[in-house]
Amino acid sequence: MPPSLARPISETADRDAPAVRVRDFTRRFGQTVVLNDLNIDIGRGEFVALLGRSGSGKTTLLRTLAGLDSAGGQDVTTPATRAVVFQDARLLPWKRVWRNVALGLSGADARARAEAALEEVGLGHRLDVWPSTLSGGESQRASLARALVREPGLLLLDEPFAALDALTRIRMHDLVLSLWRKHAPAVLLVTHDVDEAISLADRVLVLDAGAIAAEEKITLPRPRESNAEFRAIRSRLLGHLGVEAPRAAPVEGALIAFPSGEIVA
Amino acid sequence: MSLTTADRKPIELRLPRFALSNARWLSPVLLLLLWELGSRSGVIPPRILAAPSTVLGALWELTASGELPANLVVSLARAAAGLGIGLVVGTVLALVAGLSKVGETAVDPLMQIKRTIPSLALTPLFIVWFGIGEAPKITLIAVATVFPIYLNLFSGIRAVDVRLIEAARSFGLSQVQQIIHVILPGALPSFLVGLRYAMGVALLVLVVAEQINASAGLGHLINNARDFMRTDIIVVCLLVYAALGLAADLIVRSLEQHALAWRPSFIKS
Repeated sequence: MPPSLARPISETADRDAPAVRVRDFTRRFGQTVVLNDLNIDIGRGEFVALLGRSGSGKTTLLRTLAGLDSAGGQDVTTPATRAVVFQDARLLPWKRVWRNVALGLSGADARARAEAALEEVGLGHRLDVWPSTLSGGESQRASLARALVREPGLLLLDEPFAALDALTRIRMHDLVLSLWRKHAPAVLLVTHDVDEAISLADRVLVLDAGAIAAEEKITLPRPRESNAEFRAIRSRLLGHLGVEAPRAAPVEGALIAFPSGEIVA
Repeated sequence: MSLTTADRKPIELRLPRFALSNARWLSPVLLLLLWELGSRSGVIPPRILAAPSTVLGALWELTASGELPANLVVSLARAAAGLGIGLVVGTVLALVAGLSKVGETAVDPLMQIKRTIPSLALTPLFIVWFGIGEAPKITLIAVATVFPIYLNLFSGIRAVDVRLIEAARSFGLSQVQQIIHVILPGALPSFLVGLRYAMGVALLVLVVAEQINASAGLGHLINNARDFMRTDIIVVCLLVYAALGLAADLIVRSLEQHALAWRPSFIKS
């Protein structure tokens, strides 16, 4: 059995306080320092993307905020309700889709709430099927519905689009944005994809060697096109990630083969 | 299931309906014919092996007289009682060992020691302890069926995908809810494998246990038939044992089809 889900994290109480507040958070595995005196705030309803190379501590931070790892009594504050969308949808194969969404919900209206959430992600017609019959994109939609049905104060997205094909990914981006506008949770999106981060987030953080190495506020209006400012931000972020972007901006409208914004880890 | 692919007929539109190359029924039928022929011509004397037709006659006689049904019920009750006890004990031990580290440390070594002793070797000890009534027979079946249930359920519990348990934790499910919604359903396929195996073991041990001075049951029927050299009745009882094995398999298969309907192999598209 996994260790019990202790209440390691204090819950956000003050209405004006940010949804997530992490102060001088350090996490070690043996000799390795994974997170080093980390400070992060995420405002209520703010959409934050977290970029970082493999091993930069992204996952560790997400697991801590999700309550999957204990914070060990350090100064970490999150909303009481948190929900995670994992890269692999992690639906229980032995429960029909709506039961997966209703997992852990109590009350007579659990089915109705699950149905409403599935309608919202466009899976209203797949309520009663087994998860193994869903496509990758549908599984992630179901997984999103399962997260949002709890009306979380903090939505944690752990590379949820990484395994999807490009077209499905674009549709999922739109869906996530519309759901975020409607439900207004604070969002932490962990991703490898620089373009994805810039397209979606209010703020992009770069995690390097266990600390925040850079921060970009994205003020471009949504939906965001790849214009000059977009590319400038991407160039700066890639620089922070240790990927050299070409200095001269390519001709407007030309196909850009590289950098794709994807960091191959 | 692997059988469904075997059931699928190859596309042979113009060939005669009985393609001899596919006639799996042929060799058993030929064997029966040879056996019948051997018996009729006197090559196989009845005290060695009764003819198939005589066996069928005996089956009809024993069924009509009520002798076979009555003894079958006694045997089934024995097997069911033993298997029931084995099932409960095996399940409880597997849950204790599977769901807690302390439980595993306490239970698993004992079960592994028990595994090294062939269950049937305990027969003399059980006769000394329980005499020659129902108790040693049922105990023997129970002891033999505990292990397959225990081992499969225990490993099934431990093999449940950690990522699914973690997802359930992330949604705030309590430990009890995690066990109910994630761990037990996840371990169910392994449990059913154990159950199928335990049913086979129960039948095997039943055959041996019923040789212990039974005054009713299939074993009693066989022992009596042996004393009177009624090979036809012995063969009837063998047929019944075979039918029981088949029935046990069918029961678990239909259980699987209901309980594991979520598995891709069971989903009808």
